[in-house]
Amino acid sequence: MESTYKKKSQIADVWSRFKRNKMALAGLIVLVVMIILAIFADVIADFETEVIRQNIPNRLQTPCAQHWFGTDEFGRDIFARIVHGTRISLQVGVISVGIALIVGGFLGAIAGFYGGAIDNVIMRIMDVFLAVPGMLLAIAIVAALGSSMTNLMVAVGISSMPSYARILRASVLSVKDMEFVEASRAIGAKNMTIIMSHIIPNSLAPVIVQSTLGVAGAILATAALSFIGLGIQPPNPEWGAMLSSGRAFMRDHPHVVLFPGLSIMLTILVLNMIGDGLRDALDPRLK
Amino acid sequence: MDNIQVSVENLVVEYKTEHGNVQAVNGVNIQVKKGKTLGIVGETGAGKTTTALAVLRLIPNPPGIVKSGKIIVDGEDISGKSEFEMNKIRGGIVSMIFQDPMTSLNPVLTVGDQIAESIGIHQGLSRKEAMKKAEEMLEMVGIPGYRSGEYPHQFSGGMKQRVGIAIALSCNPQLLIADEPTTALDVTIQAQVLQLMKSLRDQYGTSMIMITHDLGIVAEVCDDVAIMYGGRIIEQGTLEDIFKKTKHPYTEGLFNSLPNLANRTEKLKPIRGLMPDPARLPSGCVFHPRCLYAQEICQSRVPQRTDFSDTHMVCCLAYEEGTNIEVKGGGRIV
Amino acid sequence: MAKYIIKRILMLIPVIIGVAFLVFSILSFTPGDPIRIILGEEATPEAIEQLTMELGLDQPLVVQFFRYLVRLAQGDLGRSYITNRPVFGEIMNALPHTIELTIWSVAIGLVIAIPVGVISALKQYSLLDNISMVITLIGAAIPNFWFGLLLMLLFSLTLGLLPSSGVGTPLHMILPALTLGTTNAAIIARMTRSSMLEVIRQDYIRTAKSKGVGRGKIIRKHAFRNASIPIVTVIGLQFGGLLGGAVLTETVFSIPGLGILMVNAIRQMDTPMVLGSIIVFTILFCIINLIVDLLYAFLDPRIKAAYK
Repeated sequence: MESTYKKKSQIADVWSRFKRNKMALAGLIVLVVMIILAIFADVIADFETEVIRQNIPNRLQTPCAQHWFGTDEFGRDIFARIVHGTRISLQVGVISVGIALIVGGFLGAIAGFYGGAIDNVIMRIMDVFLAVPGMLLAIAIVAALGSSMTNLMVAVGISSMPSYARILRASVLSVKDMEFVEASRAIGAKNMTIIMSHIIPNSLAPVIVQSTLGVAGAILATAALSFIGLGIQPPNPEWGAMLSSGRAFMRDHPHVVLFPGLSIMLTILVLNMIGDGLRDALDPRLK
Repeated sequence: MDNIQVSVENLVVEYKTEHGNVQAVNGVNIQVKKGKTLGIVGETGAGKTTTALAVLRLIPNPPGIVKSGKIIVDGEDISGKSEFEMNKIRGGIVSMIFQDPMTSLNPVLTVGDQIAESIGIHQGLSRKEAMKKAEEMLEMVGIPGYRSGEYPHQFSGGMKQRVGIAIALSCNPQLLIADEPTTALDVTIQAQVLQLMKSLRDQYGTSMIMITHDLGIVAEVCDDVAIMYGGRIIEQGTLEDIFKKTKHPYTEGLFNSLPNLANRTEKLKPIRGLMPDPARLPSGCVFHPRCLYAQEICQSRVPQRTDFSDTHMVCCLAYEEGTNIEVKGGGRIV
Repeated sequence: MAKYIIKRILMLIPVIIGVAFLVFSILSFTPGDPIRIILGEEATPEAIEQLTMELGLDQPLVVQFFRYLVRLAQGDLGRSYITNRPVFGEIMNALPHTIELTIWSVAIGLVIAIPVGVISALKQYSLLDNISMVITLIGAAIPNFWFGLLLMLLFSLTLGLLPSSGVGTPLHMILPALTLGTTNAAIIARMTRSSMLEVIRQDYIRTAKSKGVGRGKIIRKHAFRNASIPIVTVIGLQFGGLLGGAVLTETVFSIPGLGILMVNAIRQMDTPMVLGSIIVFTILFCIINLIVDLLYAFLDPRIKAAYK
């Protein structure tokens, strides 16, 4: 009873601190708008007819009332493509962070919980993953598995897994020896119960912050991989792929590269602002 | 007034916080006589450190602002001085020892360098000469000179505070401000450090402000005492005035909360309640919510100073005309 | 200290073996038959058999890996499937471009970022601080390949001031270095600011002030050196992203560095080249991390004491 009360008031505390950070709040509002756009992308523009189908007579139109962001080299409406691109980016970002969090977090928690040889083996493996710059590891995975959206999410997820392993391991270690864990072990709680009821809630704050920033990183990595032709392939309206195919026309039609790039930047910016706000709100000591 | 080393007149310091402005120091007057030591006594948050920092004009701004007040060093008002001129006073004429030796030394510079820096600034010595003098200073505070090339993390807390003393005394200042110099140290080390400060003070004839909450230290090193509460000086006098002719109920409370070594079974009588939040100081006499003798008038009327002699003054309504407050008072033998 | 460096270098060996194994296994999933890539579709069965033997592709994966490792220890990264030239030589031709690009971008980043961060911290909440914090917030979010395109559009295609691609003169490096360095600079500037803000509140800064040390000297001698320790950490962390970013920047500006070499190799399924490039990138990254750790010791005597 008391603990649920405490949890509620904690969330309220975090929210009231988050709210005071105007930048973070603005970021959250923009993100919510983007999520709504992503959900209702099909209402805004039909995927087959407006996003994929070419309309050559209409090509490379500058922004106007009918085409807010102009049209691309195949005559497709850039605004419609960006809205559908939001869906792809958010989806890839969230799912790849999910993969990283589940795999990395699980390994980290196991390493911290059991310690000893298991810890050593897992963390040395993580060191190997960390020794390869993340982008290059993702490139290698995509190169081997082929460039589909699923493979891309796996690649980006796996390459960012070690940071979650480290966070979970650190929180497990810090919680493991606390009195309440010993107490619950003394009353006969199983390892799994201890992990679920104590360790996970305790590692939530750093995981939330890392995940928010991680989604930004994953979206950027996806765009980057697509930009060099190893990620999502045209004609799919992924922002990086749009930049890649538009760059040949940018000299005379800069709007072709302007809007996809702005979309990537805005998304990253917004997620960074929310992540920073969350960090300050979750841990007032860190400023 | 020739024998006054430093005087602070009507000092008011405010801190700007999220919850509005806080008056940390409210009309403080203190005087340090040449070659004498003034003790400033009070609980945490009473404004002691702020007063001391104001003398060196080191109050962090923002959030702190000196609203009014004069600081007179050796007959000269320093309030209007430029930063450049102040830097000649800091460390040269007035220097300071800080409370926490663990954080007061720069972790990435050698202790010798940190002592020599002060010497280089104020005595115009070359780097080499300054380093040599720094080693001498280390020897003087009881640390072998060859350790001048070591870093603070290689020293214990007590030794770091000795380094702090060496820095403060390196340029033979006229006034030394010691801000709870022994609070962060182990009890056994406290006595050593205190002894060292006393002997160096006597050797150089330095005037001193000793900030502390420990009446034992006051009894040992001070000539004059000022008791601070809620940003004000509430009682001030010579050591004898304060210890033997205690007037203010707060001062009395401080003595009563000391263990009585003569009668070890006697219960401690701590002052009830807590130091008020400086952002929400009580009306009238700031001490009234905790005062054993408080009457209704104490809630509304601000006490003015009452002088008992040339040296002894108190701010308490009990000693003012037209109030009818009984205080036990009357001092206490330590 | 020398002992510590040797220990650290020896510790790199298992990491590099681990990385080689990791990337080797990942790339073993690469679709396409290397023999067909090398010999083309009309190869005779005898030729196919002979090459399979030569490359050891008939052996189990573990054996193949150990053979690779033995050759790696001798600095032999195999031959390109496409050009049949040694991978090591090709990488060594490309590497200087990548290193040059990286160094320039870090240099540009530091030269801009550190003063901006320090000034912002000293003038906290001033107009200057607010402007630079907004710019760095955007700078930290800007995708570098897009920023590269915008710079190219403005300075080469529109104004014609700087070359848009290739290498050769220092002018060629300006846009790529800005492209790669911006995100980095923005993050370093923010870190410098927060680190300086943290340091100037410390007690030892107050001690220095109480000694009469002037403002400039306090910032240079007392504050910045302490503040630089977390800054160096961030710079070290940035390098991973910087090397990844180099791949993109090279693509945008057609710089014949390791990144382009690798991306082209992936397109052509030239596995030895991909593997070799990633291993060399990783070794580079490990060496940078080692240098960063040694810099710590130089900056912080407490860390130096721990390096024994």
